[in-house]
Amino acid sequence: MEVLTVNDLWVKYYTISGIVSAVSGVSFKLRKSEMLAIVGESGSGKSTLGLALLNMVPKPGRIERGEVILDGVNILKSSPREIMKIRGSRISMVFQDPFTTLDPLRKIVDQFEEFLIEHGVDKTRARSIIKEYLEAVGLPERVMYSYPHQLSGGQKQRVSIAMAIALNPQVVVADEPTTALDVIVQKQIMDLVDSIKEKYKSSIVLITHDLALALERADTVMVMYGGNIMEYAGKTELYGNMKHPYTRGLFEALPRILQKTLPKSLPGNPPDLRYPPPGCVFHPRCEFAMEKCKSEKPPLIEVSKDHIVACHLYG
Amino acid sequence: MSTIVELLDVVMDFETSSLGRKQKVRAVDRVSLRINKGEIYGLVGESGSGKSTLGRVSLRLYKPVKGKVIFENKDITYLPERVIRPLRREMQLIPQDPYGAINPAQTIGEALIEPLQVHFNTSKEEAFNRACRALEEVGLIPPEDFMDRRPMELSGGQLQRAVIARAMILRPKYIVADEPTSNLDASIRTSVIKLLLDFREKYDQSILFITHDIALLSLIANRIGVMYLAQLVEEGSVEQVIKEPLHPYTKALLSAIPLISSQIGLEKVYLKGEIGDPANPPRGCRLHPRCPLVLEECKSREPPLIEVGNGRSVKCWLYYK
Repeated sequence: MEVLTVNDLWVKYYTISGIVSAVSGVSFKLRKSEMLAIVGESGSGKSTLGLALLNMVPKPGRIERGEVILDGVNILKSSPREIMKIRGSRISMVFQDPFTTLDPLRKIVDQFEEFLIEHGVDKTRARSIIKEYLEAVGLPERVMYSYPHQLSGGQKQRVSIAMAIALNPQVVVADEPTTALDVIVQKQIMDLVDSIKEKYKSSIVLITHDLALALERADTVMVMYGGNIMEYAGKTELYGNMKHPYTRGLFEALPRILQKTLPKSLPGNPPDLRYPPPGCVFHPRCEFAMEKCKSEKPPLIEVSKDHIVACHLYG
Repeated sequence: MSTIVELLDVVMDFETSSLGRKQKVRAVDRVSLRINKGEIYGLVGESGSGKSTLGRVSLRLYKPVKGKVIFENKDITYLPERVIRPLRREMQLIPQDPYGAINPAQTIGEALIEPLQVHFNTSKEEAFNRACRALEEVGLIPPEDFMDRRPMELSGGQLQRAVIARAMILRPKYIVADEPTSNLDASIRTSVIKLLLDFREKYDQSILFITHDIALLSLIANRIGVMYLAQLVEEGSVEQVIKEPLHPYTKALLSAIPLISSQIGLEKVYLKGEIGDPANPPRGCRLHPRCPLVLEECKSREPPLIEVGNGRSVKCWLYYK
């Protein structure tokens, strides 16, 4: 059963130095209690896509076209009032830096309470929700009365996760939730995300630059490059059967422990999305690029069941 | 094997003030290590472990509170800056954030020419030519295209190459690379690492490579030191430390790497909680509040760094005989 459907989504930034095509025609579906990892490097459009899922792309960005259907409703068509209600209660977001969500000058309990009251929860109920969800994310009750700076990076991220799940949203979008954290804490937080997915049957969109993390944790993986989907497949299928040269390049760039050779790196730099390359957006860095790739944008092709690739090699 | 840099019982303190109260943070606590000529020594640890501070002490960018810094058999711990300056060109730092490494108002050309003029009094024309060659050497081609550009006009990967070019232009013998690729995208990371390795080969350099990425170290380092809360807790050759980690903390680091942890036959160790406050480290073994293998004595007595043979040492009561 789908909780979220994205159809042909286009997002552009109208900057002084030009129009940046951040997301170009992305479509996908998210099922109940599925974890979808959106993997990409800087400039891939993954974070913009994440924001678009909550209809909160900041200016000078604009959602040009497309649908984001949450529970049968296209939230891109919702009024500002409706969207404020939907955000946090039906779809919520966890950011890389919890400081962007937490006010440094106010105690956790006050911020948490305000958020709940804004969404129509009464004060007594709010207190019990706060207690319940801080416990659910493994924090002691005293954290309620702390200021953000008194908490460690991992604890702050736990607070943001508690707020993100407190109203039982169907979808939680987590944008690089562990990138600012050390590897051991990263594992603890990802274990927490896994347990939340199990316990509350939430669907998770995990936005990450780390293909290894995606392949370890997600159910499905979507690889983005230059604002386009390059490949989309179930984790096991992708791991065993990577098709797109970019996905394979990312995978080969991961260090293998104790191997005597360095991982490979892709030549060149990510594209300038003010002037995206014609044809396949990846072709200037692709070792298999053919004539066709320079002029014709490859369509998304289903190479096997639920495994989609945008590459002329498989056309 | 001859030694390029030796640190003996180094202690480094910083003063911080929190709510008007001054407190002392011991960022490095009695660490000794030796970097052999031609070696890549990998120093791994989480943020707050003191690894970056130790790297800067080894360059004598910080003067330690106690202990000694020996560079090429010369005690440089207490030398005045004027005496150290000529040595500075032999030791260079490559920091994590390239945008913080080059003055944003300078052009890349100016940033490269300056050290040549400061250290060697090179003529303007000669310095310009050498700067161009240095840019070519790091793959910023054609160099004329980059000489007049400012840091913000380069991508992260390009700027990190320029930073490397500037560090290498003085032909240093000893490099401290402090997370040089952590801010870069995976697809270009390897090319920057490869660049460092090529320089090392070509100019016979020794490198202290600081990182939180133990998988990366396993590919490039000869020896590894693991730091936790200001102390060195394990040291050994890269094969030994990765294939047969001894310290519970090293095991936990390896157990936490996505994908890789399941590929190595390793006894998994998971830690509770997070790295403590360096201003207020736990009594006894600093890992004991998080360690699943904790013994009674860990709570009260600090374990010594125990030599276990083959050049290996581990700071853990489990190995005390």
